[in-house]
Amino acid sequence: MLYREAGQFKTSYSADQQIFPILQDRYGYWVILAIFGVLVPMLASAYWLKAILIPVLIFSLAAIGLNILTGYAGQLSLGSAAFMAVGAFGAYNFRLRIDGLPFLVALILGGLAAAAVGVLFGLPSLRIKGFYLAVATLAAQFFIVWVLVKFPWFSNNASSGVITAQDVVILGYHFDGPQAKYVLTLAVVAALALAAKNLVRTATGRSWMAVRDMDVAAEVIGIRPMRAKLLAFAVSSFYCGVAGALYAYTYLGTVEPEGFNLDLSFRILFMIIIGGVGSIMGSFLGSAFIVLLPILLDNVVPAIFGNALGAGFASNLQLIVFGGLIIFFLIVEPHGLARLWQIGKEKLRLWPFPH
Amino acid sequence: MKFQRTLVLAGLLATVTGPAAVLADEQFVGLPSYRVGAYASGGSGLFGGWIDYMQMINERDGGVGGVKITWEECETEYNNARGVECYERLKTKGQSGNTVFMPVSTGITYSVLEKVPQDKIPMVTIGYGRTDAADGRVFPWVFPMITTYWSQASGIINYIGTKEGGMDKLKGKKIALLYHDSAYGKESHAILDKLAAKHGFEVTKIAVAHPGNEQQSQWLQIRQQRPDYVILWGWGVMNPTALKSAAKTGFPREKMVGVWWSGAEEDTVPAGDAAKGFTAAGFNVAGSNYPVIQDIQKFVYGKNKGNMEDKSRVGSVYYNRGVVHGMITVEAIRKAQEKYGKGKAMNGEQMRWGFENLNLDDKRLAAMGATGFMPPLKITCADHEGPGKVKFQQWDGTKWKVLTDWVDSDRALVRGMIEESAAAYAKEKGITPRDCSKEG
Repeated sequence: MLYREAGQFKTSYSADQQIFPILQDRYGYWVILAIFGVLVPMLASAYWLKAILIPVLIFSLAAIGLNILTGYAGQLSLGSAAFMAVGAFGAYNFRLRIDGLPFLVALILGGLAAAAVGVLFGLPSLRIKGFYLAVATLAAQFFIVWVLVKFPWFSNNASSGVITAQDVVILGYHFDGPQAKYVLTLAVVAALALAAKNLVRTATGRSWMAVRDMDVAAEVIGIRPMRAKLLAFAVSSFYCGVAGALYAYTYLGTVEPEGFNLDLSFRILFMIIIGGVGSIMGSFLGSAFIVLLPILLDNVVPAIFGNALGAGFASNLQLIVFGGLIIFFLIVEPHGLARLWQIGKEKLRLWPFPH
Repeated sequence: MKFQRTLVLAGLLATVTGPAAVLADEQFVGLPSYRVGAYASGGSGLFGGWIDYMQMINERDGGVGGVKITWEECETEYNNARGVECYERLKTKGQSGNTVFMPVSTGITYSVLEKVPQDKIPMVTIGYGRTDAADGRVFPWVFPMITTYWSQASGIINYIGTKEGGMDKLKGKKIALLYHDSAYGKESHAILDKLAAKHGFEVTKIAVAHPGNEQQSQWLQIRQQRPDYVILWGWGVMNPTALKSAAKTGFPREKMVGVWWSGAEEDTVPAGDAAKGFTAAGFNVAGSNYPVIQDIQKFVYGKNKGNMEDKSRVGSVYYNRGVVHGMITVEAIRKAQEKYGKGKAMNGEQMRWGFENLNLDDKRLAAMGATGFMPPLKITCADHEGPGKVKFQQWDGTKWKVLTDWVDSDRALVRGMIEESAAAYAKEKGITPRDCSKEG
């Protein structure tokens, strides 16, 4: 009922090919954007904005990046955090060394730097596949962090290799409050997510999926695997790089290379697995799941068991519950939360009169 | 739900205390602890000691000036993003919000460094964190107390010098630095290079990649170069591995000097006999024969209110380090109350004043039952570090034995480097350093 598209007639090709073909989705998109862009910054506390919503958005962007590479182009990668580091350190260095460089330009340049590095580390993908490629991208993870620690130039000769992000100023407006930073993050993430959603429907996106499903067949029908794979690495790393720059500028403010470790790469990988491999929506759901659930458990578990059990046990119990829930979700829905959302939509289509 | 809980709480309170109860002031301390993950063994000891000390103050003295200390833990898993979430969550808890933040993680320190001045919460980093924050004129809200990595490196060289019979004997000696290949490990480089130039010894830096459970090639290099001393700048599993590899290589453990993150029971016990003779620096000592630890045993564990699940760890290096964290927290509350009113809960700004005017001389330490437990500590507006002294302890196979008195560092050199680095930071960020002659 809610999702019934009956009566929505399409009279032109462009109407048929738009991103959200169903009216409800189209309105829903703007409603969600309005809620998160206007209502949330007005109502949410600084804690929610700074500690929860901003990281969820940033990790969503990184997850979209990895999803493009792994979910759409089928190239498994364990280097997402390193590409985030390139974006963060890139944006920092561009702003440091070029006077008066606008923030958004630095953000894009940081992303492009990450894209260049991503292409470099994507080269092995032309020869190796699957888990072997994951191991090759693991090299990127360790190499990039090592380079950032090894050469003090990247951190402007800071004794400990840590960079402090400059102020965020766009057209003379200082983005320093939590609301401003949140809205800025949301705007960048929403724009890039929409671009990604669009990109995967183009010829490029279809060539990625063709390579993912069977690269020999893709080559036979005229798709150049090298171009498709390297482009996937470039776009994916660009997204991760922008996410990394936002991580430094709108979230933490001060970042160190070790912060972008393998652990973070794995978390981003878990986000797309839980959220849904090959789904933009899933990237958001997965990121929210991985970021929010531990925090929820940290609030709930000690409140229920805190005094009865030791603090150490309460902390370990959270991990047990977290791991258990991940396994539960993967068994119930191996295709991720995005698939659950899709099933929900199907149900809503018939509700309240199922067959 | 929150409303319901408040109702239940209020009901409970009413039945317990009667209708005339007036809520007394409480001082809230937020604890960003880590009890799971790779560093849980250190975290559980440190936060356990910290909590036990505050519990002891509540039990023995009824709080500080009648103000009970309350606290809440927030699990960070030693993860920067979780640490920031904890910082933001704890910020608004308690009567006047969180009044001191001690992350016990260099990564989290950097992640909230920019936030603490805005939120007016003093951040105290004892034995880790950003070294140049010791310049209080540039970093009014950050206190890298007792000693920093640079002071420690200098203290270790001074110790080696005395062992050799004078600093002039260091000339021509070879010292190898076996360091954790991270920002933490690299903190040692600049200062050791300067000291090497000053005293004429040669320093070889050998990196160990995280986590460091494989050090064959590094120790081969050490065997070839035959250094006179090895400084172990390790963390976690790297430490016992280094000790075991040293034993295999035949390098005398007596000539190995560890930093304070290499010198706990958690580092030596897994290495077994290989650790015997190993010496490490520390800004606190191990042992439970100090009055402060005995008071904890009596007032906290005697009443079965202790935080440690394994009671035998009371008095271990990490536990005692937690007690130092507790003592500094409590003494800052006491100091702030002297100025802003006894028996009141202090806010972040008042606590900052308390930290900045902290003066734990021998007399005060004796009153706290901590003579020799930690060095005397005096913080000023310009100097947020304090003594910069360490003691050296040797592992005798079963426990740490204190070898030396507090060993000083090359203060002039270290302070010069701190001021230089802080000035560079101030310039980059456009900060005008405070004028300390105007601070009251």
